[in-house]
Amino acid sequence: MSETLPATGLLAASWLLIALPLAGAAVLLLGGRRTDRWGHLLGTGTVVAAFVLGLACTVQLAGVDGRSVDVDLFTFIQTGSLDVGAGLLFDPLSAVFVLLITGVGALIHVYSIGYMAHDPARRRFFAYLDLFVAAMLLLVLGNSYVALYVGWEGVGLASYLLIAFWYTRPAAATAAKKAFVMNRVGDVGLALAVFVMFAQLGTTSYAGVLGNVGLLAGGTVTALGLLLLLGACGKSGQFPLQAWLPDAMEGPTPVSALIHAATMVTAGVYLIARSAPIFDASPSARTVVLVVGAITLMIGAIAGCAQDDIKKVLAYSTVSQIGYMFLAVGLGPVGYVAGLAHLLTHGFFKAGLFLGAGSVMHGMGDQTDMRRYGGLAGKMKTTFVTFGLGYLALIGFPLLSGYWTKDAIIEAAFDRGGVSGWLLGGVAVLGAGLTAFYMTRLMLLTFFGRPRWDDGVHPHESPGVMTVPMVVLAVGSVAAGFLLVEVFPLADWLAPVFGEPAEAAAHAIPPLLVSVLVSLVVLLGAVVAWLFVGRREVPVTAPARVSPVVRAARHAIYADAVNESLLMRPGMWLTRALVFVDNRGVDGVVNGTAAALGGSSSRLGRAQTGFVRSYALGMLGGAVLVAGALVAVTAG
Amino acid sequence: MSDFPWLLAMIVVPAAGAAVVAALPRGRDLLAKQVALGVSLLVFLLAVLATVAFDTGGPRFQLTTSVSWIADFGVSFALGVDGIALVMLLLIGLLVPVVLVASWADTMPAHRSMRSYVAWLLLLEAMMVGVFAATDVFLFYVFFEAMLVPMYFLIGSYGGPRRQYAAMKFFLYSLVGGLVMLASVIGLYVVSNSQLGQGTFAFDALRQLDIDPGVQKLLFIGFFVAFAIKAPLVPFHTWLPDSGAEAPIGGAVLLVGVLDKVGTFGFLRYCLPLFPDASRDLAPWILVLAVIGVLYAALLAMGQSDMKRLVSYTSIAHFGFIALGIFAFTTEAATGAVLYMVSHGIATGLLFLVIGMLIARGGSRHIRDYGGVAAKAPLLAGVFLIAGLASLSLPGTSSFVSELLVLIGAFPTRPVFTILATTGIILAALYILIMYQRTMHGPPRGVLLADDEPAAAVPAGTSGGATAVMDAPARTRSLRVQDLSRRELAVVAPLVALIVALGVYPQPLIDLVRPAVAATMDDVGSDPGGITPTHPGSEGTN
Amino acid sequence: MTIANYLVLAAVLFTIGAVGVLVRRNAIVVFMCVELMLNSVNLTLVTFARSTGTLDGQLIAFFVMVVAAAEVVVGLAIIMSIYRTRRSASVDDANLLKY
Repeated sequence: MSETLPATGLLAASWLLIALPLAGAAVLLLGGRRTDRWGHLLGTGTVVAAFVLGLACTVQLAGVDGRSVDVDLFTFIQTGSLDVGAGLLFDPLSAVFVLLITGVGALIHVYSIGYMAHDPARRRFFAYLDLFVAAMLLLVLGNSYVALYVGWEGVGLASYLLIAFWYTRPAAATAAKKAFVMNRVGDVGLALAVFVMFAQLGTTSYAGVLGNVGLLAGGTVTALGLLLLLGACGKSGQFPLQAWLPDAMEGPTPVSALIHAATMVTAGVYLIARSAPIFDASPSARTVVLVVGAITLMIGAIAGCAQDDIKKVLAYSTVSQIGYMFLAVGLGPVGYVAGLAHLLTHGFFKAGLFLGAGSVMHGMGDQTDMRRYGGLAGKMKTTFVTFGLGYLALIGFPLLSGYWTKDAIIEAAFDRGGVSGWLLGGVAVLGAGLTAFYMTRLMLLTFFGRPRWDDGVHPHESPGVMTVPMVVLAVGSVAAGFLLVEVFPLADWLAPVFGEPAEAAAHAIPPLLVSVLVSLVVLLGAVVAWLFVGRREVPVTAPARVSPVVRAARHAIYADAVNESLLMRPGMWLTRALVFVDNRGVDGVVNGTAAALGGSSSRLGRAQTGFVRSYALGMLGGAVLVAGALVAVTAG
Repeated sequence: MSDFPWLLAMIVVPAAGAAVVAALPRGRDLLAKQVALGVSLLVFLLAVLATVAFDTGGPRFQLTTSVSWIADFGVSFALGVDGIALVMLLLIGLLVPVVLVASWADTMPAHRSMRSYVAWLLLLEAMMVGVFAATDVFLFYVFFEAMLVPMYFLIGSYGGPRRQYAAMKFFLYSLVGGLVMLASVIGLYVVSNSQLGQGTFAFDALRQLDIDPGVQKLLFIGFFVAFAIKAPLVPFHTWLPDSGAEAPIGGAVLLVGVLDKVGTFGFLRYCLPLFPDASRDLAPWILVLAVIGVLYAALLAMGQSDMKRLVSYTSIAHFGFIALGIFAFTTEAATGAVLYMVSHGIATGLLFLVIGMLIARGGSRHIRDYGGVAAKAPLLAGVFLIAGLASLSLPGTSSFVSELLVLIGAFPTRPVFTILATTGIILAALYILIMYQRTMHGPPRGVLLADDEPAAAVPAGTSGGATAVMDAPARTRSLRVQDLSRRELAVVAPLVALIVALGVYPQPLIDLVRPAVAATMDDVGSDPGGITPTHPGSEGTN
Repeated sequence: MTIANYLVLAAVLFTIGAVGVLVRRNAIVVFMCVELMLNSVNLTLVTFARSTGTLDGQLIAFFVMVVAAAEVVVGLAIIMSIYRTRRSASVDDANLLKY
């Protein structure tokens, strides 16, 4: 870690980055219907302003010595030896994320003005989007793990609200709940990591924790790494917590683009990259990250091949691509920059793809089943071109964004050397082939072939307010990779965080060979997709008789079924059993005691016969007893 | 002004107010409500002024008033507050007016008047202030028991269909606990008599005693049982779901929001300082109960169909967290526990109030009778969500700060218990979101569909809602599933604002309670300065 | 005459009274037996007062007489009203106050 300076000038006002969208959200939520008319403009305006401010801050940061400033705001919690300040850390890593979040966020806000134009609750939508942007910025700007946690759960809330935006649909409401709860499973990991940090080091700030990793015992570091990984898995939809992300597509498409593709789901990668010193100190934790990334990469790619819902394909693609990023950051110092570069380019092309998918849905009457598309290339030219560029970027078409960043990851995987290097590299290459397959399939089903539209659907191009952001993102999809690798090397920008980029040592395989190999595999995947889909007639309903492999892929390797049978059903059963135990058992004991007392008292009451003479006898007996006792006491 | 008897005034004013309201002629309900609201606002003002007069750097107990009461037994009417008691007084002062406004339009069961209801509320307020302000153990005991009476009538006279069962259960449970505690109180007197030569009930004197460990354990258990019943720890909890479900909403808010806090307050004020050795020895067992409570009650909450019961069970889970914070014996966790008491009072109070507003519209306490309410009443749904999120300790709400402090403070000394309790946050998300989804999301269901039917279509007796609603079906039916009224907004707004304010900037509250917490930790033999990390060498870099 | 004779007589009277209360059913007889017991106690009191030469015992005896007189008034009235409603003076028939 380099020396962190106190903030000056514009950077001291970087808290406005968070405050602006937050204020926007507050105005829109509290203002009620009065803000309906201009709410979307305010919502967009705050994010655009945040983007401009972020850009200015980044420019200023470039001139700061050590490129890391600390913005101390106020004391959040201070008691005993715990001292958590509310403060921001503006360094190259957070700057990159700020630009991604506000930049893509602003574009998607603009797009949403058109996309949500006919929704009566558009104002609420923009309020939630602003809330998300604010929470996400807090997540990446916070200077301690507690601040990160606050943002972390904040984006979870925004994601919940936005997935459930159309809450009258039970599927949306359920998906939102599922997302929140699975995220919370990850949050437990993150929370426990924070507890361990405090117990061991007495602080939760990045500076205090990451600067002192060396003091910790090896086992503690590994435990920390694994706990952080659990948190990252929940937020980023990584194995075994990946099942919520495809369901989250129930939300409006701009939400899928911003939250469930470009920004929030990449928070896990940010967390691991931010905690680099911890993972650097624990090879075993890093290995687990690698394994998680590789598994998720494959699960996402396989499941993506068999989906018919255009957004689900893109969602599984996101799962898979984040798997690549995890794989990259799991490789350690050589992979951080590659993973983050892929994160950025992915932010561009996946957001573009989702917006394109939204544009298609917009023109097709909210139909999401690709089997009912076809031949849209001519009807929606702008969408087709921008989507096509995003597609090429994603599959890694030479010289487009994905080519630069994904190849870098695959190279790094092979460079790990040994059996594991070959294995990981092989998985990554195979994943690239599958990506080409499912994306080509998506393209063919949507834009080519014979129209298979529903009756009464008249595809049309979307309005300019929607296509302009798509064009901008398409440009980013084409150019971002080249820019980030060759023109403004990300590795140099991030050097203060991760150290100087190591000089290319001996490569296991020459980079050129890797590129050729990957390109060939990608071509193979695309050709296979064409053989399956492009040259045959596509049935409008999915065939029921399919091989077990396809069935497994359709069900996303049965992740939901496993969750249901292992967790949900036993959980419900346990709950019912406990309710019974509590009502009959615990409360039964209480009520039983009461009943026993009541019963014995009524039984004792029977002694009250009503015969005066028996009472008299009782009195006499009592008097004799007392007298006898007196005698006994005085005599004894 | 600092020698003004703030605390005495805070007891006398509501008690006098209760007498005045009760003496009003029959039928003057509106006047009764106005008088009660005025009195409760005055108490709130007194609480705020008392907070201003309180000096966080001063001695432990401030604003003291002491009058000899039963001189023969060394009993005095001694009042005084530390920071912990003071924030509880603020909470009482805040919640009572809120509850009064919330109950403004309630219709009472047959033969019960609003006048008597608000009179009992004010009397309850006086008793609760007394409990938190007493610095004489005997006086504390008197208030502790006296507090039961108004609550008994609030539940038993103004509650739901099974109110008498619930009220009796509440009363008997509390009485058993109280009597066990009385034995310990007397035991303390005896010990003080033999050690000091003159028996006393004064807290400060009792704190100096050096009690034999065996005796300490017995006396500790006496206090502990009473407090564990009051702030229900599993397995002493079964009265709370019944009481919480049957009590009128206002009563339920005060019951769960404040009255139950006497238990956790008692742990901190009496169990730890008076019996430090016993506390240390028995802490593992109590922590077992606390963690069981966190998980067990959360699972039970998920299985409830009655919203008020559900919230009651969530409170039991929250009390588990508070107990964990107290019996971890670290400054951080105990601060968290105190904050938790406050934030739980606000958040769960708000949750109860919102559910009450929902019940007032739908006439049913059951989740299955609602669905899709958000479409008809977005404000109601929004406030419900905020209350729910505060209950599941989302960052940005006051509960997050307190839960974080409890867990982060308990982790260094009790890692296993803390890890188990931390998994409770998943369950919290489940029970809140399941309830929210079923009532607020989805297509219209239940009472929303019955909207156009004549009022008689839903027979009053079967809905199982608060009696307040069932006795006046015709009027409320036509009002239901409207969004929040101005009065209801006035009820929820201060609570929502506090939840957010304390969630973002909790430090003033922490500063208020920190000296008292540190003193308590000192009493129990922990480092009041907080936890020493395993690798303290890192401190300089923070 | 020693003090013992008086005490023995009082004891005998008390025993007769007590046995009478326990075995007789007629309310009037039970009542008279109660009076007998009271008077036996009076005798004891007076005896001791005489033997110790103080007035305390005699004083208490007067109190007992006053109480007994009051008791006669209330008791007889109760017996009368029971007799009127139940046409019986047996104590066993008046057993409604139970459980």
